[in-house]
Amino acid sequence: MWLFLFTELILFGGLFIVYAVYRFSHPDAFHLAAGELDTFVGTINTIILLTSSLTVAMSITAIQEGRKGFALTLVGITIVLALAFLVNKYFEWGHKFEVGIYPGSAELLAQPQGVILYFGLYFVMTGLHALHVVIGMVVLLYAFEGIRRGRINASSYVRLESGALYWHLVDIIWIFLFPLFYLLH
Amino acid sequence: MDDHKHSDQANATHVVSYRHYALIWFGLLALTALTVSLAGIELGRWVIITALAIACIKSYLVLSIFMHLRYEDRVFRLFGTVAIVTLLIFLVMTFFDYAFH
Repeated sequence: MWLFLFTELILFGGLFIVYAVYRFSHPDAFHLAAGELDTFVGTINTIILLTSSLTVAMSITAIQEGRKGFALTLVGITIVLALAFLVNKYFEWGHKFEVGIYPGSAELLAQPQGVILYFGLYFVMTGLHALHVVIGMVVLLYAFEGIRRGRINASSYVRLESGALYWHLVDIIWIFLFPLFYLLH
Repeated sequence: MDDHKHSDQANATHVVSYRHYALIWFGLLALTALTVSLAGIELGRWVIITALAIACIKSYLVLSIFMHLRYEDRVFRLFGTVAIVTLLIFLVMTFFDYAFH
């Protein structure tokens, strides 16, 4: 599992390098464009993800103690929080589309090049992250089902652990995406 | 001697208490509040440095406690460090290449 997480690190790491280079070459446009994003929504989503990381981490303690019901509740809360994150993201993107900011839109193409690059990166990186949230939800649902059926239990919980590790990675990526896109303006 | 053996075994299946997790979570929320409030202040070049430093501290907390890296054995932690250092080298080299174009 950790080996897979390293490959993910390289994937997002590459995108962060692209971000760094573009930010370096278009500092003013990046400042301007970052002001367009809603810091409040970003902060809410940060809190949601941090809390979901907490609940999934606690679910491992619960399963180690053999408290099946509590583990199910905690994984369930994690999945609900993941869904809440996506709903927020949906409205955020929806609003961007409404004001005409989406890849290739006339509104966006009329902007300076740095702004186009900024929003290009914004959509690619938060989009890829959202895809990871969806995959994480599927993995957690699988773990939920495993706990329910007793396949994941106090003596064998590697699958829940792997799911949790993946979920924490999603959280860590957001920990970096949030300040770089929402706060630096 | 026996005591040492026992602690090794405890490491293999380390159970982290709910309280400990909750404390880390509080820490993460506090750091989030800090980074959001700092964003409003004009710090010039320091803005990006403080924001990234806070993000690094948060990631460290998640990696070491939530992801149990602190309780894994040394070889394992070394792998993680190597992966992150490799990424940093890529970043630095890209910037050297870019700065001298």
